[in-house]
Amino acid sequence: MPESRGCIQGPRDEHRIVFYGLSTCIWCRRTRQYPPLPPPYTGGGRGGGLGVTFEYAYVDLLHEQEQEEVLAQVRRWNPSVSFPTIVVDDVQCVVGYRPEELQEVLGL
Amino acid sequence: MNEEIAIPSEKVDALYEQLDQEAEASGYHLNPEREFVRGLVEGLLINEQRYGYRSCPCRLATGDGQKDLDIICPCDYRDADVLEWGNCYCALYVSEQVLRGERKVQPILERRPPEGQRAQELLARPPEPPGEELPPLPVWRCRVCGYLCAREKPPAVCPICKAKQERFERFW
Repeated sequence: MPESRGCIQGPRDEHRIVFYGLSTCIWCRRTRQYPPLPPPYTGGGRGGGLGVTFEYAYVDLLHEQEQEEVLAQVRRWNPSVSFPTIVVDDVQCVVGYRPEELQEVLGL
Repeated sequence: MNEEIAIPSEKVDALYEQLDQEAEASGYHLNPEREFVRGLVEGLLINEQRYGYRSCPCRLATGDGQKDLDIICPCDYRDADVLEWGNCYCALYVSEQVLRGERKVQPILERRPPEGQRAQELLARPPEPPGEELPPLPVWRCRVCGYLCAREKPPAVCPICKAKQERFERFW
């Protein structure tokens, strides 16, 4: 299982990316692993498939007060509070497993 | 409540088998992608340990069983999502076309209403009977699959989709 919060360093760091997800959510996992590893993949892999630096928070692993604070950030961008929610440079947001849209936003 | 939980793979396989059999027996289908489903089943088991019930692995549960009632798997939104999109929100359940390979699994928009507008939050207001004449027995509706029955109390388990009694609402 992943840590509740952290930062992954990748070779690409042009953007400030914040990934909000659930540790149990397969679509969140797929988003982080895009492009996918060949099967059988082990799941829970730490490396961002796109090679970008990003901060992450697994909201389900946070304790009450911290969870409320992080949920307030998610709600600002995505009022339905669904996951994954990915905020880019504090100006754009991609909701759900949308790797192509995410790549476009990141200019990859 | 949120510490690390490791689920033994035999437990994942056992629940996988059980869900698959139950689904097929009632006309539902699990996603044919095995590793994908194993991940979801693991999430269900993690949530069961965390909260005491198998809430959707792709939605944030509160830990309050009454508030989370609509997202306990199978969720209240499964049937409508499978019908419209070919899979439910987390994609554990799929339509027959997906099973046959005629349609692809896709991430879908959240059908669950925002907080404050969910069925279990509106339960305090029973619907007004449409006519003046009341039926001789109350009619209960399963919020998961839509099964209706007229009897004093809803059944302990839905005979169609196996949802528990608390998933029934007064229909008439």
